[in-house]
Amino acid sequence: MVKFKVNGKPVRFEGDPQTPLLWVLRDELKLYGTRFGCGIGECGACTVHLAGNASRSCITPVAAVQNIEITTIEGLSDDGEHPVQQAWLEHDVPQCGYCQSGQIMAATEFLRRVPNPTDEDIDRNMTNLCRCGTYVRIRKAIHRAAQITRERGEA
Amino acid sequence: MPATRRRFVIGGLTATGGLLLGMPLTATEAEPEIEAIGASDSGERQLGYFITINPDNTVIIGSNQPEIGQGNRTTLPMLVAEELGVDFANVSVKGMPLGIVRTPEGMRWRYGGQGVGGSTGLTDNWEFMREVGARARLMLEQTAAGQWEVAVEDVYVEKGYVRHADGRSKSFGELVTSAARLPVPDEAPALKPVKDFEIAGHHQTGVDAHDIITGRIRYGMDVDEPGMKYAVIARSPWHDGTVKSFDAARALKVSGVRQVFTIEGPAPGEPYLILASGVAVVADSTWAALQGRRALEIEWTRGSYPDESTESFDHQCEELLNGDGQVVRNDGDFDAAIASADRVIEKTYSVPFVSHAPLEPQNCFAHVDGDRCRVIVPTQMPSSVSRSVAAATGIDRMKIEVEMTRVGGGFGRRLTTDYAAEAALISKHAGVPVKLVWSREDDIRHDFYRPAGHHHLKAGLDKTGTPVAWTQRLASASKYYRRPNMPDDNLWSAELYPDDFPGNLVENYRLEWFNVKSSLPRGSWRAPAHTANAFVIQSFLDEIAHETGQDPVALRLKMLGEARELKYDGHGGPTFNPGRLAKLLTFVSDRIDYGRSRPNGRGVGVACHFTFGGYSAHALEVEVTEEGELSIERIIAAIDCGYAVNPNAVEAQVQGATVDGLSTALNLAITVKDGQIVQSNFNDYPLAKIAAFPANFESHILNWDETPTGVGEIPLPSAAPALTNAIFAATGKRIRRLPIGDQLRV
Repeated sequence: MVKFKVNGKPVRFEGDPQTPLLWVLRDELKLYGTRFGCGIGECGACTVHLAGNASRSCITPVAAVQNIEITTIEGLSDDGEHPVQQAWLEHDVPQCGYCQSGQIMAATEFLRRVPNPTDEDIDRNMTNLCRCGTYVRIRKAIHRAAQITRERGEA
Repeated sequence: MPATRRRFVIGGLTATGGLLLGMPLTATEAEPEIEAIGASDSGERQLGYFITINPDNTVIIGSNQPEIGQGNRTTLPMLVAEELGVDFANVSVKGMPLGIVRTPEGMRWRYGGQGVGGSTGLTDNWEFMREVGARARLMLEQTAAGQWEVAVEDVYVEKGYVRHADGRSKSFGELVTSAARLPVPDEAPALKPVKDFEIAGHHQTGVDAHDIITGRIRYGMDVDEPGMKYAVIARSPWHDGTVKSFDAARALKVSGVRQVFTIEGPAPGEPYLILASGVAVVADSTWAALQGRRALEIEWTRGSYPDESTESFDHQCEELLNGDGQVVRNDGDFDAAIASADRVIEKTYSVPFVSHAPLEPQNCFAHVDGDRCRVIVPTQMPSSVSRSVAAATGIDRMKIEVEMTRVGGGFGRRLTTDYAAEAALISKHAGVPVKLVWSREDDIRHDFYRPAGHHHLKAGLDKTGTPVAWTQRLASASKYYRRPNMPDDNLWSAELYPDDFPGNLVENYRLEWFNVKSSLPRGSWRAPAHTANAFVIQSFLDEIAHETGQDPVALRLKMLGEARELKYDGHGGPTFNPGRLAKLLTFVSDRIDYGRSRPNGRGVGVACHFTFGGYSAHALEVEVTEEGELSIERIIAAIDCGYAVNPNAVEAQVQGATVDGLSTALNLAITVKDGQIVQSNFNDYPLAKIAAFPANFESHILNWDETPTGVGEIPLPSAAPALTNAIFAATGKRIRRLPIGDQLRV
């Protein structure tokens, strides 16, 4: 049995410990915001935070998250108040929207590590795929999110 | 007013000749309806199918079209709200199912035509949605005027209220239950002049943005119904291959796996109800189904072209182009004009198969329950889903409910409904509700690919360097392959549009097509045929210009000429205005300062193209290092879509389609070896990442008039040739074969 926490709530999983965390989140816990795009860790649609670190849940066996605190898109804020989510709204980033949970989870963790990123920092760190090509607005929203964070005085 | 039985008619003529658009009628004027499918709410607060007014005066507007990311869940309700006369901030949007009606005359749409593709979502609904809003507004005005005992001309609407000059006013919320009992007006009320628009024509944020950024939005992949099982299919890796034998013993031992059985694909040459034969695994979870599939042992037959390879395909193209093809356009006397030309230039280009690869893989929920079926599906064509499921199960279309989810990317893949037929087949066989899911490998290996082909272009120039003779000879694998009722001599019409520029502008003009045989299924991929033809035409023009010492922008402008309408038969017509293309080209060239010479290793390139009624141009600046590392430094994209109803959404499509065209040209190809698709996932089908696109990326909307064209595909075709033209300017190296890949590496 694997015991861990998701968005602050304790979870016990008794199925195959090799099940990717992605499918436990989706099929067992019914948390659909974390998405399936490739299954090999290439696209990032499945990005969650494991103890604060961005991680691709499609290649993370659930056994590996024993005793770990996981945050999914649903747990990032109560109702979209996170600076990254606010910036995403201001710039109307999503088109089909399928990749955006992963983009937001990747961006939030990136900005925690690099609070005032350059475009080159964005190029190196944001590797999530967007098939609709919202990259132009993602880039602007990341800069804006950094600015909102500075304005709010948050760490 | 006595209660009368409500009847709902779409597109039918009333006794008085008015065309009714999704509005309820009284029984006396109704076209008799035998039966209908596609549940609709019918509350007393509802005006027709599309508008519900709540007691607090907020409005729910129905969205009848699939939402694939192009934003029509926002744009079309904007049009309804505009004419209805409400504040868009007070509007929420509710998705509507497929609605079809069986009448004595045949099938009719219940909620208007439903389906998106070919960049028609807005153009087909521009007047329809406005009339829906306008009729509802008139009914509210009539109700208030009746209650106040004044003429309807003496009242007016303002942001959710009907008002009279004498100060009386009532909210829509107060009026709606009475208004809903009025007969629908026969006459279409006058629509607002475009210049008076307060909602349309202005930037609006997407109605679903908040749900998306909080993770609440739902796609087909997220469907969860009581009693539902999960299914995957192991499909034949050889096209038209079948299951020779299979052993499910190990699969059935995997925890959670419930059933394993074969699925029969189409016979060779038959239309594709589904893409492939295979073995279905039904299980209690997605992971169990995937693990069960891994444990299957299957022996396949090798299908219709077991030795096909990309090399054999290329060889076939080269051989065909050595001979004579089907001449599909022949103006003037090409051979004589070539013989007497001052100079002749000819080049050959090659465009590969590519896959759609929407980020949400194919999936469909289906519950076959006796003589009924319920489907919940991401699709661009809900009526095709209904037809496919009927064909797969024998169930009457009037008993097939189709509910549309949001779609995680369309790009033309979801025009085809094979995955819905698969889900229905599985549910019928398994006897349970099923959510069928495709893995990424399934999706890349099984697709209706964008056609590949070789293009041979030859032009004869006069003394000024202007083409006076032009031929495009195209050997390609037509996307009309295995379409029902498609004669062989019409396969070309999916690949060439005879009135594309420079047709009608070069006196001696010939188009010739060659039918390349391939086992790959083919279909519509964003801007079909235009992606290939714009690349070759705009590259060839650039080559002509460089070889004759002409400025590439000046040559194009000379050929395009002034604004005027030329005939354009086919999708996007009936006319093409080369002056609109010239205007965009001038704009992007000026903006990037095309004439300024760049240092070594840097160059600028331009291209422009007309697609499905809209106009687009790109100017790109690139840098290529001595080692051959390419970086895109600056992008200027411009669109003329007539009138931008939601400029925010238009800009998004310009950005997205540019990224799509460039990403595809940079690194994407589907190749074939030993009759099988080589690629399988994003490691070997590498969609471009954010790092490929500069921050210096401008999108411009140049409105032309007050009638919108489509947008979704329009910007795509001119992106790739602008890139390869810029690469030539930077390096002197001409890319004639896509994708660019490693061709620049030293």
